[in-house]
Amino acid sequence: MSVEEISRKIDTKKLDEIIESCGSDKSHLIAILQKVQEEYKYLPEDALIYIGSKIVGLSPATVYGVATFYAQFSLDPKGKYEIKVCDGTACHVRGSMPVMNAIKKKLNLKDGKVTTDDGLFSMETVSCLGACGLAPVMMVNDKVYPQMTSDAVSIILDTLMKEEGVK
Amino acid sequence: MTNLSIDIVEEQNKAQQHIKEQGLRVLVCAGTGCVANGSLKVIEKFKELGASVSTLTDYDKMTIVPTGCHGFCEQGVLVIIPDKHVTYVKVHVEDVEEIFESHVKNDKPVERLLYTDPKSGERVHKNDDINFYAKQTRTALANCGKINAESIEEAIAVHGYEALANVIKENNPDKVIQEVLDSGLRGRGGAGFPTGLKWKFTAANKGGKSYVVCNGDEGDPGAFMDRSVMEGDPHKLLEGMAIAAFAIGADEGYIYVRAEYPLAIKRLRKAIADAEEKHFLGKNIMGTDFSFTLHIKEGAGAFVCGEESALIASIEGERGMPRPKPPFPANKGLFGRPTLINNVETLANIPLIIRKGASWFSSMGTETSKGTKTFALTGEVNNTGLIEVPMGTTLREIIFDIGGGIRGGKKFKAVQIGGPSGGCLTEQHLDLPMDYESLTKAGAMVGSGGLVVMAEDTCMVEVARFFMNFTKNESCGKCVPCREGTKNMLHILEKIVAGKATMEDLDVLEEIAHTIKDGSLCGLGKTAPNPVLSTLKYFRDEYVAHIRDHKCPAGVCTAMKKIVIHEDLCKGCTKCARTCPVGAIEGTVKNPHKIDQTKCIKCEACLNACPFKAIGKE
Repeated sequence: MSVEEISRKIDTKKLDEIIESCGSDKSHLIAILQKVQEEYKYLPEDALIYIGSKIVGLSPATVYGVATFYAQFSLDPKGKYEIKVCDGTACHVRGSMPVMNAIKKKLNLKDGKVTTDDGLFSMETVSCLGACGLAPVMMVNDKVYPQMTSDAVSIILDTLMKEEGVK
Repeated sequence: MTNLSIDIVEEQNKAQQHIKEQGLRVLVCAGTGCVANGSLKVIEKFKELGASVSTLTDYDKMTIVPTGCHGFCEQGVLVIIPDKHVTYVKVHVEDVEEIFESHVKNDKPVERLLYTDPKSGERVHKNDDINFYAKQTRTALANCGKINAESIEEAIAVHGYEALANVIKENNPDKVIQEVLDSGLRGRGGAGFPTGLKWKFTAANKGGKSYVVCNGDEGDPGAFMDRSVMEGDPHKLLEGMAIAAFAIGADEGYIYVRAEYPLAIKRLRKAIADAEEKHFLGKNIMGTDFSFTLHIKEGAGAFVCGEESALIASIEGERGMPRPKPPFPANKGLFGRPTLINNVETLANIPLIIRKGASWFSSMGTETSKGTKTFALTGEVNNTGLIEVPMGTTLREIIFDIGGGIRGGKKFKAVQIGGPSGGCLTEQHLDLPMDYESLTKAGAMVGSGGLVVMAEDTCMVEVARFFMNFTKNESCGKCVPCREGTKNMLHILEKIVAGKATMEDLDVLEEIAHTIKDGSLCGLGKTAPNPVLSTLKYFRDEYVAHIRDHKCPAGVCTAMKKIVIHEDLCKGCTKCARTCPVGAIEGTVKNPHKIDQTKCIKCEACLNACPFKAIGKE
């Protein structure tokens, strides 16, 4: 696909702005991808191809390689509320699995599905949020919730759903 | 001697005066843990009340200081009033008014918010009497929780940038390196390589461009000391890096921080901007020829990036895969230039060593492991949190004195130290001195210092499976033994916890473990089998019980659990049958119920619901 073809599919002006703000050297690739993900909530394939063709020394394949290497990047859209359940050692020992299961059940996330159909919530596990003293913890966007239980999760999700007008 | 454009002592006096003028200082923890517990609201409320203060007896005003992490996360939100020697724990926004009216205004402590000692059950009135703190030696963490983490003035008031100013003034980089060598400081990130040697090797390549890199990619689950330093005392880290840059002749540096630490990133950015404004960083530091520009690189979630060559690859914008050594970063590192990489805690020790001298530092610790070490104490222990003790302190002192023993009166079983690269230690190691050599000998390692305490109801095979799952996910895939081996080890461990393994599987497990150890390039692969090997060494009988007797001694593994109703205790209230999500319980009113084991999913919902404690695990 040529750059011209891609620009018909995705807003390349936005991508150019991001590349400019981070610096167009290939060493800034991770920062660029982080900003793209912030913008789109995931990394659209067309954006990866565009960045790979645009920056000197990179190819779409290299960009794809970096995008799939790091856990932070997602090639599938994430939810408006990104739930990160900590499954670090301390959280695991104090029961992060029941918390995770409660979220999955509540949001009806089955068979490896990570994002709800309405695009509101997505859930993933992370290795450690560094709040081990409050285990088990979870994070919704940038907010950390301490000492989670399945009941607490239910209340938090209910509140968020109510705010969003979900029945 | 080089002339400086500033007088650091004068700056210090000004900053201390500034703090004195704040009147009564009320410290509220604003670390990640306490923020999660609502400390920002507590701070707001205090500020609201403080605005109207005019009736304080000894002070003309009150100042609320949002600080970094105090380490006692479990007890958050923490509120400390140093002048009144008091620490309040688990403070909620509703409690603020009472503290203000009773203690701030009328000098009467609020008893119910004081810390209760888990052993004696008594309230502790004085800060110094809280065992959690009393038994610690806080040096790297000394300022965390005592100063406003976002104010460079407060950092200067507690000797911030004094060591840097003296180093630049004396203009003798070799002397700085010698001091670090003499101190005996070893890398706090895991391997424990002598820091001074690393500096010396990098300085030997002086001349062209070189870099100082701080490894803040604290990926070990269960460790958060680096986060606390970055959040609570960022200037100490910046000063340590600037001193390192001066010593090895670097003019540019990077701090590589995990993206999971947004607060640390925010505070570091502010700290760098403030330091640049004061000319403590950036071009022509303190009016001299020495320049040092610092950047922040956010990681993107890869455990292997904690390995130094992988971290360099990641800063360069590539997949974070380790590179063969040699060449070592000291010769050919970031962008092919000589690079000094140190961990956050290591660098935070530097200003202290320079200011107080190598002999002060080496007077703490053991023969081969000098100074203090921070540990993240978590798991089934009463006082979880961040601690700092001299190297060589025993596990018993840490878990039972500082940690206050095992929670819920349970029995101690093991402690997992050093994260996924470390190992499990048992009761027989409780009196082992915590230093690099002793721990390695026992099959564990200091690592970054995560200590996860486990009680009798933790299944060690499940713990091994947990770590193997982690290393399997985080293996970068470069070396086949690690990529394929961790996968196969996990597969066997999953078979064991599911009760489907044979004794031969155990031998294969061990064989693969040794292959991974021998055949991997980087530290992640070389140490990945450690949790399995150490649990096999100390808890082999648990593995055997799973395989041969199909029993999980700790009662954790669901495949081997059987939920049963004791007929003699069951009153036939039908509550369990109504609670069961899969309809596995049958029975009629007032007659004993029964669980259909073929339907039961072992969720324990019935067990928790039964009002007569008639349901148990077998």
